[in-house]
Amino acid sequence: MREISFNKFYKSFNILSIVLIVTSLILLVFKGLNYGVDFKGGTLIELRTDLNSANIKKIRDSFNQLNLGDVSVKNFGNDTDFIIKFEKQNSNDPKFIDNIKTKLSGSIGTVDFRRVENVGPKVSAELLQSGIIAIALSLAAMLLYIWIRFEWQFSLGAIVALFHDVIITLGVFSLFSLEINLSIVAAVLTIVGYSMNDTVVIFDRVRENLRKFSDIKIFELTNISINQTLSRTIITSATTLLALLSIFIFGGEILKGFSLAMILGVIFGTYSSIYIANPILVVLKVSQRTIVKEDKD
Amino acid sequence: MLYFSKLRIFSVIIFTLILSYFTISNFFKIDDNFFSKNIKLGLDLQGGSYLLLEIDNKPVITQKLQNKVMELKNFFKDKNIITRNYTVDDNSIIFDTTPDKSDELNNILDDDESEINPYYQQYKSHEFDFVKDQDSFKLTLSKYGLVLLKNASLDQAIEIVRRRVDEVGTNEPNILKRGNDRILVELPGLDDPGRIKSLLGKTANLTFQFITQNTEESFGTEKLEFEDGSENAVVSKRIILSGDNLVDAKPSMNSQTNETVVSFTLDRVGAKKFGKATSTGVGKRLAIILDGKIISAPSVREPIIGGSGQISGDFTFQSATDLALLLRSGALPAPLNIIEERTVGPDLGQDSIDAGIMSLIIGFILVVLFMIYKYRVFGVIANLALISNLFLLVGVLTLFEATLTLPGIAGIILTVGMAVDANVLIFERIKEEIKSERNPIIAFDSGYTKSRTTILDANITTLIAAVILFFMGSGPIKGFSITLGVGILTTLFSVYFIARLFTAFYVIKNKEKESLI
Repeated sequence: MREISFNKFYKSFNILSIVLIVTSLILLVFKGLNYGVDFKGGTLIELRTDLNSANIKKIRDSFNQLNLGDVSVKNFGNDTDFIIKFEKQNSNDPKFIDNIKTKLSGSIGTVDFRRVENVGPKVSAELLQSGIIAIALSLAAMLLYIWIRFEWQFSLGAIVALFHDVIITLGVFSLFSLEINLSIVAAVLTIVGYSMNDTVVIFDRVRENLRKFSDIKIFELTNISINQTLSRTIITSATTLLALLSIFIFGGEILKGFSLAMILGVIFGTYSSIYIANPILVVLKVSQRTIVKEDKD
Repeated sequence: MLYFSKLRIFSVIIFTLILSYFTISNFFKIDDNFFSKNIKLGLDLQGGSYLLLEIDNKPVITQKLQNKVMELKNFFKDKNIITRNYTVDDNSIIFDTTPDKSDELNNILDDDESEINPYYQQYKSHEFDFVKDQDSFKLTLSKYGLVLLKNASLDQAIEIVRRRVDEVGTNEPNILKRGNDRILVELPGLDDPGRIKSLLGKTANLTFQFITQNTEESFGTEKLEFEDGSENAVVSKRIILSGDNLVDAKPSMNSQTNETVVSFTLDRVGAKKFGKATSTGVGKRLAIILDGKIISAPSVREPIIGGSGQISGDFTFQSATDLALLLRSGALPAPLNIIEERTVGPDLGQDSIDAGIMSLIIGFILVVLFMIYKYRVFGVIANLALISNLFLLVGVLTLFEATLTLPGIAGIILTVGMAVDANVLIFERIKEEIKSERNPIIAFDSGYTKSRTTILDANITTLIAAVILFFMGSGPIKGFSITLGVGILTTLFSVYFIARLFTAFYVIKNKEKESLI
């Protein structure tokens, strides 16, 4: 098989990655994330209307008459389904949802509330906190694992690649104002696992090759290792993406955000294993001595 | 790595068959407790309501402090220690004593075996922390005192919640403690939780108190509103009777007025108290008070000594039924607030199941075709491993009666996509080994050996993510972490036992063939 010179493009892709990360960070700081009711608190109603004549404008007008504060109405899946979100939540009033339903039926005909989520401010703050802790913990656990398994240069490379993937995925979510809810946290954690998995496979090979060849420079060596594991990288990303695309297309509206985050994560994770993790080994001048020293310990 | 003993082959087959049996058992009804295990569907798939309730413990603490004041007064009186100027605020009691007794009092409160300030023996902490400032003492509930108090009120509340939910008669409700001030209520199949919410939202503190002639509040009386907000009345603070004395309550019709009423029966003590109060209070109005609001205030026409009575108050049959239910189940120790609610209608649940299964089938077919295209015979082997993997995964989930959620289904599909990774790593390695090693059996063997650490590394990283998600995630997300985590374990089994077994058979049979893989 012909070798591809991935290492020729280390510099250009590193610059691209830096641009993407900086852009993502700017977006995250200034535009922020579009938190769903899980993290912001409030009420979400998924409703199905009977009439095809019900449209977003009509539904929004009906909701605006109910004094619920800022209401967002979106089509959800097909023409008769809508997602309505507003900040007001009053789960202590048992009639709250019933009243909305009755008033709505008066103005737009029969509606079926398929899903209602009502999250109080205390709970949403806790969910956000535990989401952040979960992601931080998983990053720390990965760091610890890779620290035990590899030399510090490798750990640094893998962790930088992880941050790269998570930040850019969140950046995309910020750019398109996609909703961040509990399942996105699950997706981010899985991305962390996947990205690490991908990096570890190449790193294992780099280390093996370091033992075998003392005369090849790390710049060349990473390229050889990437090429040796390339078909695995492609096949695994392909099968994972096939499964995720299937969820994205056929899995229903609720899983759309989750599968999209995962798809982005797999793409960035595969890319970063090659173009972030490996160049860091080059920058840190990893050589046979790096691992031989370790072997003697 | 290619050698399998007969015993091992046998164990692998038995293990796979048993778990596959559990998988299949989900689709049939079997009349046996052990063998009829089923995966539970999460509320997002079967439809239902999830409510998170939080106890507002303030009234419990206030009550506790007020009771403690009485206890302290009596206790020190018996000990001939003068205490005075009691005041109670949000979480502490302040009182004074005389200068000559202040040290003695200090010692009593500080004693490890103190009767009035207990728990030290058990918890190495008193019920109350106290600060002495000359002759003045300030008692504050200690951390343990507070925890014990909260736990007690939570236990009591959960019991009442359970009774109320059971009375409504929903299908297999799930009621659990969360921390020391929350209760989780899961109501499968319930798509309109309005009634349950209104039942759980009421403390249901019922009291009978006489209405006084005064129009303004004074010592020993309080001004209360009527339920319908129409008027106020000043009632005596003395409680004639409380809901604790009720043994039964049910909705009924008053034959004279044709009104819906709630009739109740009192226990012996209650009947006695009620009889005495009504015989001295003929002509007075007796207010029936629920959660601080007067439901009705009928005049006492004659002593009620039979131990039963009626509550009237503009009830519909439904509201009378609900009030009777609340009275039967007893009062909550403190109000409950609903802080999170998630309800999924049954048809959305079914749609989610359909979509989940659809995407599982399509994802599975895509991966299977891709593997056959890439690896031919070995693609088939990897696919056999993938199918057994699915059976194993669902089998394990069934065996442990895990809850399957929509994200859980996504986890299964994701497992399908990622499970082939291990076989791919092995096959690619074998391809490399074959270049330098003529003997295919040795090449296959070292392909397996050399890829092993990589595969372990790669799977452990995902497993770490799944475990953290399991402990930090809630509800549906937990379901995802379970399928993802179990999926990794079954993947490793299917790759190292099932796929390797098939590979071994194939390679040993066809070792003379050129270009095996």
